[in-house]
Amino acid sequence: MEFYLTAIMLGLCLSAMALGIFITMKIFGIPDITTDGSYTLGAVITAVLLTAHLPVWAIIPIVIVAGAFAGSLTGIIHTQLKIDALLAGILVMTGLYSINLTILGRSNVPLLNVQSVFSFIHPFSNAIYNEALTGLIFVFILYAILGYLLKTDFGIAMRATGNSASMTRALGINNNAMKITGLAIANAMTALSGYLVAQYQNFTDINMGIGIVITGLGSVLIGDALIKWFNLRSIVAQLLVVLTGSIVFQLVLAFTLSVGVDPNLLKLVTSVMVLLIVSIPRLRTNPA
Amino acid sequence: MITLQNIQKVFNKGQVNQVVALNDVSLHINQGEFVVLIGSNGSGKTTLLNVISGAEIPSTGKVLLSNTDVTNFPEYKRSQWIARVFQNPLSGTAPDLSILDNFRLAALRTTRKKPVIGVNAAFKKIVQDRIATLGMGLENKVEQPMGTLSGGQRQALTLLMSVMDHTDILLLDEPTAALDPRSANIILETADALVKEYKLTAVLVTHNLKDAHQYGNRLIQMAEGKILRDLDASAKGSLQLPGMFGWFS
Repeated sequence: MEFYLTAIMLGLCLSAMALGIFITMKIFGIPDITTDGSYTLGAVITAVLLTAHLPVWAIIPIVIVAGAFAGSLTGIIHTQLKIDALLAGILVMTGLYSINLTILGRSNVPLLNVQSVFSFIHPFSNAIYNEALTGLIFVFILYAILGYLLKTDFGIAMRATGNSASMTRALGINNNAMKITGLAIANAMTALSGYLVAQYQNFTDINMGIGIVITGLGSVLIGDALIKWFNLRSIVAQLLVVLTGSIVFQLVLAFTLSVGVDPNLLKLVTSVMVLLIVSIPRLRTNPA
Repeated sequence: MITLQNIQKVFNKGQVNQVVALNDVSLHINQGEFVVLIGSNGSGKTTLLNVISGAEIPSTGKVLLSNTDVTNFPEYKRSQWIARVFQNPLSGTAPDLSILDNFRLAALRTTRKKPVIGVNAAFKKIVQDRIATLGMGLENKVEQPMGTLSGGQRQALTLLMSVMDHTDILLLDEPTAALDPRSANIILETADALVKEYKLTAVLVTHNLKDAHQYGNRLIQMAEGKILRDLDASAKGSLQLPGMFGWFS
């Protein structure tokens, strides 16, 4: 039971990133690899500032700004220098690795004797329930803010930009600025996932972001399958399903490990799982 | 309202496939004029429209809208003055967004899209009343995604969207090219009515000489990047349709 709770917890922490990837992937149609770097960036900043005894709430805006900065950098490279979004993301991600290592100072920092975001709310005697509650509150606030934003006039404009670029141009929307803003928001969300995970697992590792984008994509794809299945049109409902997708993804991963798959093969399992999620609907619709 | 001064537009300059799409074109379109632009493929009429809309920046020359020099303004900044209907019905609307959300953006064409919720019951009522004027029965489907509608329906809604916010200029780029004759008729009738009701300055690009004869109060024929004929309202009014076919031989 505890094993699956841990998976749900990790899914909750990573759901902020999944919401971010929903923006880049489903709204703008950009596969944003910056994620690997901005996730670690969030964790690295959290580790350094926590060990410097900064209060947990004060770290949040710093993590958001750092993630947004990384995302807008990718956006600027993509839109202003007309470089493919995938390549722009890889460039920023690669550069971030060095920056993360410089900020962190070494490859691994434990966070054992610090006050974390998970140490404030404790109505239950079992620590994992308390952590889950904190995670739930944190993610719900993010979800509510993002859901509101996407329903506003600004949010409609953002959704339209990825949907019909010729229309938004004709309606006075600066598509490039909108993409940069979207990538900034997405990577700020991703950095917040790094913030949460670092505190949840009590350490930050320079390699923790490698391949994390696949986890986020998998969550979004599970969410997308459910969105199509239930024909969900409301953007708020879609976000909720993506959030669920992140938890489902971790649960399935935990299940594969529990049936005895070597943990060293975790990334391979993740990859294969995403491949299955992507390919199964296609195999079914193309019977030839 | 629209002034083009010595516009030159050259594609692939200096290469073997160099094309002079517009060759020193000067044109003034007055407030309230409904210009119909005709010409064979490659005559430069679409490029002319694109130079006005900002989709193309001229190689040389100036573009003025309401006496403002907009030559280097990108498309999205010219939306201050211009509303557009595209040849492809899919280009003017966002298919995954609801009809209501599409109209919301159109209603904010000339202003900032702020992070406040603007789609409310009052706005929905306004949109439904506008859509009801089309008589297509779409007013009860405003929550549906735009993509569920047919090309003709989407084109008709794009037209209505163009007057949701203040508009000086309406650019119609072969708006009926992808439609069946009945839908095409509805679109042009609606466009004509809107131009008159809102006293718009309009430019319609078309290949249909019957439409060119029927609509508008000024007729311009382009050929090889230049203006070949420019007929004012009275000259256009006395035109005979059969005679126009001879212009293309």
